[in-house]
Amino acid sequence: MLADEHILMSTSLPVLSHPDAAKAFLHDGERAAWHDDALWYVRSKRDRATDLPEWEALREAASALKAHAMSRLAELLEAFEQRATASGIVVHWARDAAEHNRIVLDILRSTGVKRVAKSKSMLTEECGLNPCLEAAGIEVVDTDLGERIVQLAHQPPSHIVIPAIHWKKEEIAQLFHTAMGTPAGESSPDALAGVARVHLRDALLHADAAITGANALVAETGGVVVCTNEGNADLGMHSAPVHIACVGIEKIIATRDDLGVLLRVLARSATGQPVTAYTTHVTAPRAGSAMHVVLVDNGRSARLADAEMRSALHCIRCGACLNTCPIYRRSGGYSYNHVIPGPIGAILAPAVNLDAHRTLPFASTLCGSCGDVCPVKIDIPAQLVTWRERSAAAGMLPAGYATLFKRLGPLLASRTRFNRAGAWARRLLPVLRALSFLRRLNPWTRPGRDLPVAPAESFREWAKRTGRLS
Amino acid sequence: MRVALAVPCYVDQLRPQAARATLTLLERLGCTVSLAFDAPCCGQPMSNAGAVADACAGAGAWADSAQPFDHVVMPSGSCTHHVRHQLPRLVADARGTHAARVTYELCEFIAGPLGMPVLAGRFPQRVAMHLGCHAQRGLRAGGSSELHQAPSGAMHALLSGLEGLSIVPLTRADECCGFGGSFAVGEPELSVAMGRSRLADYTAHDAEVLVSSDPSCLLHLEGIAAHHGSRLRTLHIAELLEEATR
Repeated sequence: MLADEHILMSTSLPVLSHPDAAKAFLHDGERAAWHDDALWYVRSKRDRATDLPEWEALREAASALKAHAMSRLAELLEAFEQRATASGIVVHWARDAAEHNRIVLDILRSTGVKRVAKSKSMLTEECGLNPCLEAAGIEVVDTDLGERIVQLAHQPPSHIVIPAIHWKKEEIAQLFHTAMGTPAGESSPDALAGVARVHLRDALLHADAAITGANALVAETGGVVVCTNEGNADLGMHSAPVHIACVGIEKIIATRDDLGVLLRVLARSATGQPVTAYTTHVTAPRAGSAMHVVLVDNGRSARLADAEMRSALHCIRCGACLNTCPIYRRSGGYSYNHVIPGPIGAILAPAVNLDAHRTLPFASTLCGSCGDVCPVKIDIPAQLVTWRERSAAAGMLPAGYATLFKRLGPLLASRTRFNRAGAWARRLLPVLRALSFLRRLNPWTRPGRDLPVAPAESFREWAKRTGRLS
Repeated sequence: MRVALAVPCYVDQLRPQAARATLTLLERLGCTVSLAFDAPCCGQPMSNAGAVADACAGAGAWADSAQPFDHVVMPSGSCTHHVRHQLPRLVADARGTHAARVTYELCEFIAGPLGMPVLAGRFPQRVAMHLGCHAQRGLRAGGSSELHQAPSGAMHALLSGLEGLSIVPLTRADECCGFGGSFAVGEPELSVAMGRSRLADYTAHDAEVLVSSDPSCLLHLEGIAAHHGSRLRTLHIAELLEEATR
């Protein structure tokens, strides 16, 4: 059983607490509100861009084409390999992150690469590629502007589409002033982007190799599809002598026609655009250059074997569930302590390590908004509950929950016990309300929320007293 | 029509006036209401948190209580959602499916089986309407912004039909208030931050009354409003409809 394997592997790792991280993020209330508004703006753009008569049909089609691809994963990947190889692309298979990094490093070493221009790829973040290459003496420049900002600040991305969403423009101005010598206090986005453009273009044009991710692999064409708004992936792969695309195997789709659905739902869900500014379908290496595709499993096959959780592999990394999530917006990407944050991260991370991520399935009110914005219709709320159930079964509920529910269960199942406990609780309420040290200890009242005023009698007591109930 | 009133555990103890208003309203609308529904709780607090084993006894008792009835009415969208969608799994026999089939949230019941989508009544106030998320996106009891639907559904229609009542538009029409069951105490800072945003949205649109079909959301929002000295009046939908149709 999949969950058991994770338990066996993970018992010694620390439990990282989402509530603690969220509390720290909310400590600066003004900043938390700004973060919430910034992401709500992206959610609103998504709402406008997806307000199409055919939107629900598109979601249905996107979900179906991903489900179809996952049901024929091996077959489609082999078809992809065959066509890509026939066009001169070298295809590699990586079982896990370490194998992926080793393959990339071998390619770079064998071609004497010193400088790499990398475009956005959550897969390489997942595999920890940058530190691995840097340790081998290879210079890596992240060429997506947001990625470059967090790279200069030695941070991971806090969002899968908008990596530096947690940075204010004044802070970016300071960072650029130090790193690129922009005038002190120059915080106009145009001016900063202008300087970054020159800086990044230099890295792109003088790189020995370009590393990109991919938004899709097309089995029918043996091609790799890359979407950006900055054109950085294209500049890199069209100028460097070596192009390596690092891709998770779940990115495979069957046909070129599927892109007609996939690219529409992706751009509209991610950034509220009808289509990304640059969408490139590469089916062969440029004359005189080399192209590699590294297909990465890293736990995806195991996910596929897990029927209840399988559909999480449909994820196209659009970030819509992050933008709509009232928790993510108010706790920030780092509170999830996983490469993919937000609701989708909260159902992906437990598969990597349930123990270490045990608070993530509980970082949700089960409001359901993530499931309703998901363009490939992953039932994220249902999978959150399933992870909660697996946590409970494995004895890994967050601290206090197990004891609470053990006591609450029988109490709420018996009318006699419930009536007695209820009467006591109502007598206790005024005490809990009155004593300030208890208010500070009680998680209900601690953050500024009063306890209810206890009614003199319960509904049933009233019904009995008035003869409505014998 | 003969109906059973199932009063959720926390409503029985903490908001009995919502249960009394439900009873009065149903009788006023011509129902014969039985209070013989004995089980205190459907097991949702445990089941939502994954503690399925601890939820089963309560859910079983709840399903047993529902057996003699063709209509069970609950003044809570969230509990109704749990009964309809989880009881068949927790009580894996005919009792579970029966309970799921006969249980209605109050507004659903009035507009559906009772066949009264609009009630004659008057409530001349600016009202902010809050559907709990399990009603909103679980029972599909109102249009959802994610799906590009305008606010709609039984509760919206019942409120809109009252003379003088205006439903205030909100900046974030259907954002979660942050209650979330055990989330309210498991992630208390986030829970309250979400509640404060929600209350700020009502206040920014000059709402005089906040009304919800979910007493648990109300308990949470009222607690925050009271802590900050807000003058917003908070009512359960049964209390508002009962007052409006006197």
